[in-house]
Amino acid sequence: MHELSIMQSALIQVLEQTRQAKATRVYSIRLRIGVLSGVVPEALQFAFEALADGTPAKGAKLVIEDVLARFWCATCKREFKATRMFAECPDCHHPSAELRAGREMELTSMEVD
Amino acid sequence: MCKECGCGLPGENPVGISAHHHVHSHEEADHEHPHGTVVGKHRILEVHRAILEKNDRLAERNRGFFHARGLLVLNVLSSPGSGKTTFIRETVRSLGKRLKTGVIVGDLATDNDAQRLRESGAPVVQITTGTVCHLEAEMVANALKQLDMNGLELLIIENVGNLVCPASYDLGEDLRVVLLSVTEGEDKPLKYPPIFQSAGVAVISKTDLATACDYDRKTALANLRRLTPKAHVFETSAKTGQGMDAWCEFLIQQHKKLKLEWGNR
Repeated sequence: MHELSIMQSALIQVLEQTRQAKATRVYSIRLRIGVLSGVVPEALQFAFEALADGTPAKGAKLVIEDVLARFWCATCKREFKATRMFAECPDCHHPSAELRAGREMELTSMEVD
Repeated sequence: MCKECGCGLPGENPVGISAHHHVHSHEEADHEHPHGTVVGKHRILEVHRAILEKNDRLAERNRGFFHARGLLVLNVLSSPGSGKTTFIRETVRSLGKRLKTGVIVGDLATDNDAQRLRESGAPVVQITTGTVCHLEAEMVANALKQLDMNGLELLIIENVGNLVCPASYDLGEDLRVVLLSVTEGEDKPLKYPPIFQSAGVAVISKTDLATACDYDRKTALANLRRLTPKAHVFETSAKTGQGMDAWCEFLIQQHKKLKLEWGNR
């Protein structure tokens, strides 16, 4: 349920960027969301539609790029992608404590006019 | 701004925006990506900013403030009913004069938890979040203004009972402490990976009820290890006091260690 406040933070940045660019309308917004961020993309979409109403971002296309969790295996000295979020190396099955990606929540770019 | 992970912290080298690393004609484009230039009739703005940048910045400010005061800070997280409040109250009692402790507690409504925590004798500030399901760095900064910080060495922040949302919000803590009570089922860490993955300490609480609910210790510990292999694990019962000595000793050592680190800066 915190997708609403996360989307609100994103939208504040979007509107600030729109103002700075002297744009009047936002056509699309791209976000990168890590699978370990605890955020559900569908809930973000829902929150966006509710929040963007009455702003220049109304009707903009929200493009959400998932970022898989990547861990570093200290035994095999290599990075591995964790599909089910477990920090377990697929080769040596040792657990890794070093997360390299997967928690990010980023406003990447936007299309305006 | 770091452009790699969106962490909100300044990158080592400011990175310029380049539109293309490869050549293709837009007419034949088989993939979509931002260009940093005018495409068609619309302008593309490259932003690359952490969505929670503001919270991250305020959390860093809190962290600096805490370190300047020599405070060890814990962010305690769990689902509702895992025993956070009782665990914190007994932690404060067990620590006694060894580590002077203050508590900030977050709930949607009521100050019942603050009242329970005051029984320990510690200064307590209650944050009522209304409908917000997690604490944010700004709420903690505001609560600090009301907290008697005199001589404080340990600050325990009891987050809103929720195993999902608080994971995203840094409060400026040194340690994230996630509680898992034996009554919740051994597979809880597998069901809520992000929060367990982010834990520096995992506390298994209510061990006095283990037999009554057929708690499988081996499976619970194995599940925790799969998600957070390096976290310190403590098995405690705030009711009987089991495991509380080891936990308190750990806090005292952590405080000493951090004070030494800050002193050397």
